[in-house]
Amino acid sequence: MSDQTHMLAGHDLAPGDEEQHSVGARILGYVVGLALALLLTATSFFIAGTDLVWQPSIPVALIVLAIAQMGVHLVFFLHITTGPDNTNNVLALAFGLLVVFLVVGGTVWIMSHLNANMPPMDQIMPMRR
Amino acid sequence: MAMTATADRAHADPHHIGVVIEHPGPAPKRIVTAYGFWVFLLSDIVMFSCFFAAYAVLADQTAGGPKGSEIFDQRNVAIETVCLLLSSFTCGMASIAADVRNRFWFYLGMAVTCVLGLIFLAIEFREFADLVARGYGPSRSAFLTSFFSLVGCHGLHVSAGVLWLLTMMAQVFAKGFRADVLRRMMCFALFWHALDIVWVGVFSVVYLLGSGT
Repeated sequence: MSDQTHMLAGHDLAPGDEEQHSVGARILGYVVGLALALLLTATSFFIAGTDLVWQPSIPVALIVLAIAQMGVHLVFFLHITTGPDNTNNVLALAFGLLVVFLVVGGTVWIMSHLNANMPPMDQIMPMRR
Repeated sequence: MAMTATADRAHADPHHIGVVIEHPGPAPKRIVTAYGFWVFLLSDIVMFSCFFAAYAVLADQTAGGPKGSEIFDQRNVAIETVCLLLSSFTCGMASIAADVRNRFWFYLGMAVTCVLGLIFLAIEFREFADLVARGYGPSRSAFLTSFFSLVGCHGLHVSAGVLWLLTMMAQVFAKGFRADVLRRMMCFALFWHALDIVWVGVFSVVYLLGSGT
């Protein structure tokens, strides 16, 4: 393995590395990412505490905003792109996301069904005596 | 000489199908290292997802104790969020400075990142100490157990990140921008950005969703 800092032509890109850009262009990427992330964060905090929107829509809006902000971080800070030099990174990310959704979605789904099918606690307690 | 040429040929065409493809060889070490670290980060995120799942299930099991909306201070969380977001930005600036071998901007970016990380940790520690002092420690209810383990696990990661950050500054000071130091710096930047992604989930799911309902 060679110890080169920058990739050779025809190789993949390391996660976090960008294609060769000037320093100005790279800084601009971080500034855009920071601005978008701050905007999304401010929107999240505003929506969580406001009466201006239909209340049941707030949890959905918060989750959508969180996913959008994670996307902004991935693109502008971690430099994950859809380019052919990034295929390995994207595939690893996709597998990670699959496991995350299986774990979180599966847990919430199963446990909510268990909760719904359980008698209330005050009925269980007398049965155990 | 002829021997090596034959060996090379056999290596490039192991199944003797007659088509010798110009193979670029193994990837540079920078890519191998960063890819391995990327896989570690993804498994770390999978671990966090288990804590998130536990929190989602246990969020309503307050056992007569406080609900999330009674103990969360939105202003503190907003300050923490801005600190971590800005530190992600300055960490990016430091890694650009490392790539162009500029010591001054590297040290400045890393120092600002460190200070912002420490402010984050101080606010979080004060929040935890305040909750425990009021009797709302992790043993009070299942909700508080899952809250302390999820947020505390992220806090531990940030603490480890701050230690790693100081190590990187010391290594650049002692060894300069060597290739191996630059690889570690790249892994550190990935780690710090990934922590910020996890924090986006924490403040949205725990603090904002929890204080709404």
